[in-house]
Amino acid sequence: MLEYFLPRASSFAGSIDQLFDIITYLVMFWFTLTLAFFLYVVFRFRHKPGQKAQYITGETHRQKMAVEVPHYLILLCDLVILGYTFVVWHEVKIDMPEPDAEVRVVSQQWAWTFYHAGMDGELGTEDDIATINELHLKKDAQYTYHLESLDVMHSFSIPVFRLKQDAVPGRIIRGHFQPILEGEWDIQCAEMCGYGHGFMPARVIISSAEEYDAWVAENTPDHLKPDTAYAQNESEKKEASNNG
Amino acid sequence: MANTASATASVGHDEEHGHSESFWSKYCFSTDHKIIGFQYLFTGMAMGVIGGFFSYVFRMHLAFPGSSVPFFGVVSPAAYNSLVTNHGTIMIFWVAMPVLVAALGNFLIPLMIGCDDMVFPKINRLSYQVFLISAIVLICSFFVPQGGFGGAWTSYPPLSSNPQYNGTPFGAPMWLIAVTLEIIAFLLGGINFITTLMNARAKGMRLYDIPMVVWMIVIASILFMASVGPLVAGSVMLLFDQTLGTTFFDPAAGGDPVLWQHLFWFFGHPEVYVVLLPAMGVVAEIICTFSRKKLFGYKMILYSSIGLGILSFFVWAHHQFISGVDPRATYLFTTTTLLISIPVAIMLFAFIGTLWGGSIRFTTPMLFALAFIAEFLIGGVTGIWLGSSGTDIYLHDTYFVLAHFHYTFVPIAIIGTFAAIYYWFPKMFGKMLSERWGKIHFWGTVIPFNGIFLPLFILGAAGQHRRIAGYTAYPDLYTENFQDLRVFATSSLIVLILFQIPFFVNFIVSLKRGKKAGNNPWKANTLEWVATSPAPHGNFGGNLPEVYRGPYEYSVEGREEDYWPQNEPSK
Ligand code: HEM
Ligand SMILES: [Cu+2]
Ligand SMILES: [Cu+2]
Repeated sequence: MLEYFLPRASSFAGSIDQLFDIITYLVMFWFTLTLAFFLYVVFRFRHKPGQKAQYITGETHRQKMAVEVPHYLILLCDLVILGYTFVVWHEVKIDMPEPDAEVRVVSQQWAWTFYHAGMDGELGTEDDIATINELHLKKDAQYTYHLESLDVMHSFSIPVFRLKQDAVPGRIIRGHFQPILEGEWDIQCAEMCGYGHGFMPARVIISSAEEYDAWVAENTPDHLKPDTAYAQNESEKKEASNNG
Repeated sequence: MANTASATASVGHDEEHGHSESFWSKYCFSTDHKIIGFQYLFTGMAMGVIGGFFSYVFRMHLAFPGSSVPFFGVVSPAAYNSLVTNHGTIMIFWVAMPVLVAALGNFLIPLMIGCDDMVFPKINRLSYQVFLISAIVLICSFFVPQGGFGGAWTSYPPLSSNPQYNGTPFGAPMWLIAVTLEIIAFLLGGINFITTLMNARAKGMRLYDIPMVVWMIVIASILFMASVGPLVAGSVMLLFDQTLGTTFFDPAAGGDPVLWQHLFWFFGHPEVYVVLLPAMGVVAEIICTFSRKKLFGYKMILYSSIGLGILSFFVWAHHQFISGVDPRATYLFTTTTLLISIPVAIMLFAFIGTLWGGSIRFTTPMLFALAFIAEFLIGGVTGIWLGSSGTDIYLHDTYFVLAHFHYTFVPIAIIGTFAAIYYWFPKMFGKMLSERWGKIHFWGTVIPFNGIFLPLFILGAAGQHRRIAGYTAYPDLYTENFQDLRVFATSSLIVLILFQIPFFVNFIVSLKRGKKAGNNPWKANTLEWVATSPAPHGNFGGNLPEVYRGPYEYSVEGREEDYWPQNEPSK
């Protein structure tokens, strides 16, 4: 049902949507039944002159069953939901697939900074590309993100990915996603973070591999481009000395 | 045991009756449980008007972003945050708590268990005084330099702990002091409720003869006392962080911001049941009286509510699924959360069982009680989407959450409160409320309530987050369709507010010119209807009732009358 409002742009969005649908069917079924039964009872037993109410205690075995049986059925539905929830939760938050690429997401009052690996494909090197409020992703790549906050709690929410994760100052929280749809969508902050909380919008931009590579090339300063063997050697050397 | 406690208390009253009381000692410094109940009721209702006004302001702002809101002005982002924060805080701590727990508990417990006052009347009076101070501190916090606190009612540090981040160096500590004082007030009140129930019951009243609403208020008080400890510790730590520069919750110096979330929600979740249970109790009383039926499965309801209370201590982290706690913890907390559906369902089914075979009269209190069941059902079932951690990843902190908890809180705090007021008004003031105006008020409240919050489920499912001052910055979500829904929700709120006028008029006019109520206008069984209306100081005029049976013996076979008061000797 959620795809009616927003497309599914991550590999696990479908699982979350499906869980949502399963819950909807189960809950709506019981809800409709209960509400209809309730309205029926209220209507059927409305006061009529000369008619007395019955004396029912709810203590006999048969009457207790009238409450117990529905709650076993609810328990059964709970178990179905629980089982499926565990599967989805594992897929989204626990399982960490081997990444093809990494991004670093840094939140602060009231902006997002995204660090993309540069042409060397490694995060944390000199050619990283930092952007403000614009997250660029390559379609179909499996990402690991590293989420940080510089001040208060924020929450990294990409509704089209069905993804949300709080950013906790003092910690680096890792998670994953795989964008599967090209396009451009909203990123919101989902945790109250002060005056500008309502105005912390960012965009996620998902492009094909070629377009993404072109974007990376365009944003890499010339001296960091590995287009000659010499430059490549230089940057490797530099990296080695940095690490040392 | 029961008799000694109430006997000594009644001696105290006889002495007091010796001299005439001034207005001040009668209404402001009274130790009479009923007067204290009224004080809580009226303070709660006044705070409800303020909290409701806040919701009007920010809903208007959401429907018409950037324009000036009548009676308020342009809403800045800082003001928006502060309005949302204080709306939530006021509604929970200064409306639901005082009205449902303190006002009802004070007014009903001694009357319904047949004693003449609380066991500790002076502690009771102190409880209200501390509460009043807390309300004054909160209201003052809106007017200090840089304005009131805007870090959400959950007050997560480091935003709440550091004025550099929240921008309210005075508002934030005052907000916290107000909340802490409020909690102390309820600790004082709760001590009274529990001791009074255990020690001062009328002669012959066994545990299973206690009316359900009294049980529920007392269980709620126990829940409150058991859950509030960590929060008190937490708020003192937070206050130190705010004012003395300690760093309990500041990661920059070794603190942990997530610790606050655990302390807060360990209290915050049971708190929902603290206000839910009394409302459930009110509904139980009313549906029995107006369907002329015995409560279906008294013990089942009682044990379910105790089970619910215990279970509620093991679900707090469902507010923290995505907050960075160990993701494996959610397996446990999803399970306990979904299990809560069972005691709640048992209670609701028992209510329907009570109606079955009844002779239902659609008086105003009964309409409110029935609406409570229907609307709360929506609130209850929508919790399943959020209790499941898998869908909560998406729905957390969206308008879906907001719609869900308003479908539980508005039935509890608004519909439940109105049910109680319409039902006990005759006992409180000796007059009847107008039924016709009551019914207008009923439909004018319940229909627009759905108009406000049903659209918010849709906005939430579409991914719109809560506590966001305006959606103009978000192209995917600031669309015409969604804006129409926001306008619709806001218009429904205006309708709802306008339909509260008949209630206030009815209240005041009936107080002056209403029909005389008589002692037992609804022909109910419980002991409060034995006292005269309104009940005098000391309740039963020195003649404490004796109890011969349970509270819900309606339509007993072989009896002429369809009710059988608890104090009528069997013969
Ligand atoms: C019918 C009257 C009410 C209306 C129209 C209303 C409306 C709202 C709205 C629209 C918000 C969210 C604003 C935002 O996130 O941007 C909100 C927040 C909230 N409301 Fe209400 N509400 C009403 C009554 C209540 C009641 C009776 C309670 C509780 C007993 C309550 C408790 C809360 C809480 C706890 C919040 C969250 C505050 C926060 O995010 O810090 N509301 N309300
Ligand atoms: Cu933020
Ligand atoms: Cu934020």
